[in-house]
Amino acid sequence: MRPARIYADLKVFVRGYLRNPIGLFFSLFFPIILVSLFGVIFSASSSTVTLYVENFDAPSNVSAQFLTALNHTGAVEVTVVDPNGSGVDGNFTHWLAVHSHPVGLVIPRGFQQAYLSHERVNLTLYTNPGDAVSSGIAESAVAGVGNAFSFAAVNGTPLIGVTAQPVGSTLFKSIDYLVPGLVGFSILTSPMFSMVDISSSYRKDGLFRQLSLTPLTKGEWLASKILWYIVLTFLSAAIMVGIGVGLFGAHVTLSLGLVPFLVLGPFFFVSLGMLAGSLAKTPETAAVIGNVITFPMMFLAGTFFPVSLFSPPLQLVAHALPLYYVIDGMNQVMLFNNFAGALPDLAVVGIGSVVVFLAAIVAFRWRDA
Amino acid sequence: MPDAIEVDGLRKRYGPLAAVDGIRFTVPVGEVFAFLGPNGAGKTTTVEILEGLRHRSEGEVRVLGLDPWHDAARLHERIGVIPQEFRFFEKIHPREAIAYYGVLFGTRPDPERLLRLVGLSDKADARFDTLSGGQKQKLGLALALVNDPQVCFLDEPTTGLDPQARRAIWEVVRKLKAEGRTVFLTTHYLEEAELLADQVAIIHHGRIIAEGTPGEIIAAHGRSERLSVESTPALATYLRDRLGLEATARDGRVEVPMHARGDALKVLTALEASGLPWQSFSTERDTLEDVFVSLVGRMDEGELKAEGNP
Repeated sequence: MRPARIYADLKVFVRGYLRNPIGLFFSLFFPIILVSLFGVIFSASSSTVTLYVENFDAPSNVSAQFLTALNHTGAVEVTVVDPNGSGVDGNFTHWLAVHSHPVGLVIPRGFQQAYLSHERVNLTLYTNPGDAVSSGIAESAVAGVGNAFSFAAVNGTPLIGVTAQPVGSTLFKSIDYLVPGLVGFSILTSPMFSMVDISSSYRKDGLFRQLSLTPLTKGEWLASKILWYIVLTFLSAAIMVGIGVGLFGAHVTLSLGLVPFLVLGPFFFVSLGMLAGSLAKTPETAAVIGNVITFPMMFLAGTFFPVSLFSPPLQLVAHALPLYYVIDGMNQVMLFNNFAGALPDLAVVGIGSVVVFLAAIVAFRWRDA
Repeated sequence: MPDAIEVDGLRKRYGPLAAVDGIRFTVPVGEVFAFLGPNGAGKTTTVEILEGLRHRSEGEVRVLGLDPWHDAARLHERIGVIPQEFRFFEKIHPREAIAYYGVLFGTRPDPERLLRLVGLSDKADARFDTLSGGQKQKLGLALALVNDPQVCFLDEPTTGLDPQARRAIWEVVRKLKAEGRTVFLTTHYLEEAELLADQVAIIHHGRIIAEGTPGEIIAAHGRSERLSVESTPALATYLRDRLGLEATARDGRVEVPMHARGDALKVLTALEASGLPWQSFSTERDTLEDVFVSLVGRMDEGELKAEGNP
């Protein structure tokens, strides 16, 4: 391996890359699109339900405190509507239905007076059986706050308290998981698709034969591709972390522990792409082999969803996928700040990279026999 | 001085088919050797074996004293190769390509000089995918010279090029020879072989059917120089009867082979004496093309046995 030759080949490859707008688009804009898209999707599916409220007791203190308490549950977000305002016109259920709002709450006139004089008072919650999730969330929030107020009124204390303690995956927001997952996604897809394509198109165009007539070795050639995809991986990881943190409020730890994964990940998948492409006889079969390897990993290695949410058989499948170890390692570092926990992953990726790199060099041929 | 290329008993089989079937030839240092043959004759297979790109099935091959397959790396430092239809990285500029090859070979090429040599200076900074076929081929030539090779292999370097581009490539080949390099050229253009080559081998169905200088091949396999007179068949009869010459009549012309220096004069004198009508006369000799067409045709008809057959 001669660094000068690797560098010269890298320069040629990068120039070709930068002079090809489509390649550049996929390498840099694709991560932006990816993280933005999934960021929006997962932020939109937050579990806060908008609860529309008709408050006939306004402006009473108790009703106002009740609504504040509802907001504080975090489960619902209260929006007060004017019972006689435009649109509602005294028919709340009709208004809810017309505007596709699944849940609505009515606080009756005399709510404060009844509460303070310890009389039973009834709140009406309109729910939509078609949206059981929102209805359920609203119902338990209202019931919970109602109970708390009931106890408070009689100066009682609930004997059984529940402290919600998040376990495992629920500790983090979806976007937190998504950032390492999507970095892993681009570590997988960008080199795999490119190398499968390069291996077959170079062969078709006789470029490998052409290079075989120079002192450049297969290892040097592959090394320069690995170097470039490491650079691209750092760039796209920076973009994705930047957007994830800046735009979607992701909480991830950035530490040096991430570096080995951003280096070994591309190392592994550039080699694997080259190996896959070399085993194929035609460009068509190369693409098929590449897809067969890539697609399961795109979805099952913890890219979009934590593997811990999978069923046990599917978890077993995930553990057989190399990308799983890249993403799991990055999760350990970025979410738990636990580099020691990432070491087993690092070992798998490191050994795997060397094996696949050597296999790729043996499998791909400069020249025909 | 040992020969630059030595080939003996070379065979390359693809299953039951022998693409190259036991050929032998040598190319002395500093000569231009043309390997001539129709498409599919085995030219490219042979040249790729010599370049170390393809493994032979049988036989001895030495290029600059090296086994091309097993000593490929050492050989490649000393040879230059321009493949058929040279292709390269689409977005690279010729100047960059030369610099790239310079680093790979550990030489310090002068891009300006090489580009000038092949006539590509005006496209030094154009992207490869915008170059014409001839310009791409010229870059292939320039790259093949980056390592200052002792032997240059050109596999059908002018196939598909316009006449001007073809002449430009020929000019470079002449310069290579003038610089003392050995050139191994495959072509199916007879004119190219005749113009450039010191030695020619004609290959057909994997076997060499003729070899030597163009002149030797024409002398051995072609018809000798002849005088051709535009006249009636009566003239042929007259020349045969009066002078004992082998005159033949065909398509309104009478042809007489010239064996001795005075033959032409004899015919022209007899022509005047005969009083027969005639329009024009010319002397004709077979070109390499005539020989090639006749040899390949005769071989296809099974008349001719290739040299060096087992």
